[in-house]
Amino acid sequence: MFLELNPLVKPDLGLVIWMTLTFFIVLFVLAKYAWKPILKAVKTREDNIENAISQAAKVQAEMAQLKNDNEALLTKAREERATMLKEAKDIKDKMITDAKDLAKAEANKIIVDAQAAINYQKMAALTDIKNQVGNLVIEVSEKVLRKELSNKAEQENFIKQLAGEVKLN
Amino acid sequence: MAFKGIKSLLVGVLAGFLLLNSSAVKAQHGGETTTDTTKAHNVEEFNITETIMDHVKDSYGWHLWGHTSVSLPVILYTDKGLEVFSSSKLINEHHEAVAYAGKNTYKVNKESGKVQILNAHGTANHKAKLFDISITKNVATLLLSMLLVCVVFLSVARAYTKRGVTSAPKGLQSFLEPIILFVRDDIAKPNIGPKYTKYMPFLLSIFFFIWLNNLLGLIPFFPGGANLSGNIAFTMVLALIVFVVVNVNSNKAFWKHVFWMPGVPVPMKIFLAPIELLGVFIKPISLMIRLFANITAGHILVLALICLIFVFKAVAAAAVAVPFAAFIYCIELLVAFLQAFIFTMLTALYIGMATEEHHHEEAH
Repeated sequence: MFLELNPLVKPDLGLVIWMTLTFFIVLFVLAKYAWKPILKAVKTREDNIENAISQAAKVQAEMAQLKNDNEALLTKAREERATMLKEAKDIKDKMITDAKDLAKAEANKIIVDAQAAINYQKMAALTDIKNQVGNLVIEVSEKVLRKELSNKAEQENFIKQLAGEVKLN
Repeated sequence: MAFKGIKSLLVGVLAGFLLLNSSAVKAQHGGETTTDTTKAHNVEEFNITETIMDHVKDSYGWHLWGHTSVSLPVILYTDKGLEVFSSSKLINEHHEAVAYAGKNTYKVNKESGKVQILNAHGTANHKAKLFDISITKNVATLLLSMLLVCVVFLSVARAYTKRGVTSAPKGLQSFLEPIILFVRDDIAKPNIGPKYTKYMPFLLSIFFFIWLNNLLGLIPFFPGGANLSGNIAFTMVLALIVFVVVNVNSNKAFWKHVFWMPGVPVPMKIFLAPIELLGVFIKPISLMIRLFANITAGHILVLALICLIFVFKAVAAAAVAVPFAAFIYCIELLVAFLQAFIFTMLTALYIGMATEEHHHEEAH
């Protein structure tokens, strides 16, 4: 038979038995105590690395977002500052204008009052003068009347003259 | 010429050294047997086939150097029960086979190198029941490699549990981790698919067991020197286990493809069925023969090159033989890895073929 030709291709029963036994021992021991922990550790490490990478990417995205937010915030703050400055300026201008207007109104009022007072004083003075003139006229008239008792014609002349003088006043 | 690499020179010299020793033994044997004749100082004709076969084959003792060898237990189961004795009982001080009288009379057959039961006339009794489960050189190597592979990977596993997964691998762990990942990512994953995790322990075990034994076989002296992974029994058991694993895990779709190939005309289906069925058996057989033939051929090649020196009976022949042998040795180192890889790869491929889900059968 072919197997008898060469002892190399003739499997040895003893070795077959020992090999089967040994291989199953190796398979059992390694599968339980070596491959299981090793493959588990390798898998865990790979998962860790994967997580770390995705985490890093996430953090990076977050950082970019944060930076954008900051920039937006800064822009907004700048705008707000500008608005505030403008508002303050407006208020200041308004205050000044208001003050000026108020002052002007007050001044006008004082002037008006002063004019009124002056008018009043003037009227009072005129009334006084008129009164005095009246009194003077009465006094004069009295004197004239006393003197005119003697001369009628002259009396009338004199009255006419006086009357004319008064009108001229 | 050998200054190219001190290492390769060393390897070659070691290989030569081993052979030189055994030849010396042979020369002495020759001397002893021819003592009676007048040509006492003449040595026996150098038999290259016998020398090489002696190294490639299994043996009961483990030869170290010269006349020194490690005796291994011979375990026999016969009609008369179990018999255990030292292999040193089967040889005399000149390493010649002698009969040992236990419950039967045992003697090593010169042709097969196996123990035989002798009958009363001193001739081999082939009819007698004899189960030889001796711890031969190959079995001893097998047990040694089992210990070695367990020690190595248990220590690596301990490194993982002790050092945790956050620290980088160190030492042996950092050397073996890429290989483990190679088996996982380049052998298991592409060939088996998503269910690869279930087969990982099996694939890793056969890969490292074959590779370690290939490498042990390349060490020319103790504790290597046995041609274990180039032994047909070794590869046969592995192939048988692969056969069982593949077929136990095979699914309906696989057997449908074997017996009734979808997508081909009916006559073709009938024609393909026996071929496919044969393929189921040929696949593991090819695994068995490939590993056995590659490793044994490598050993024979190195030994044959070294034997050139003795064939030419000139030390000068070493100038050619040693560099060539060193070169083949380097190739053998590669082959040691390659054959372990191919065996594992094909196993993964067969598992993948047997467990593949055929969702797109209509598309064929």
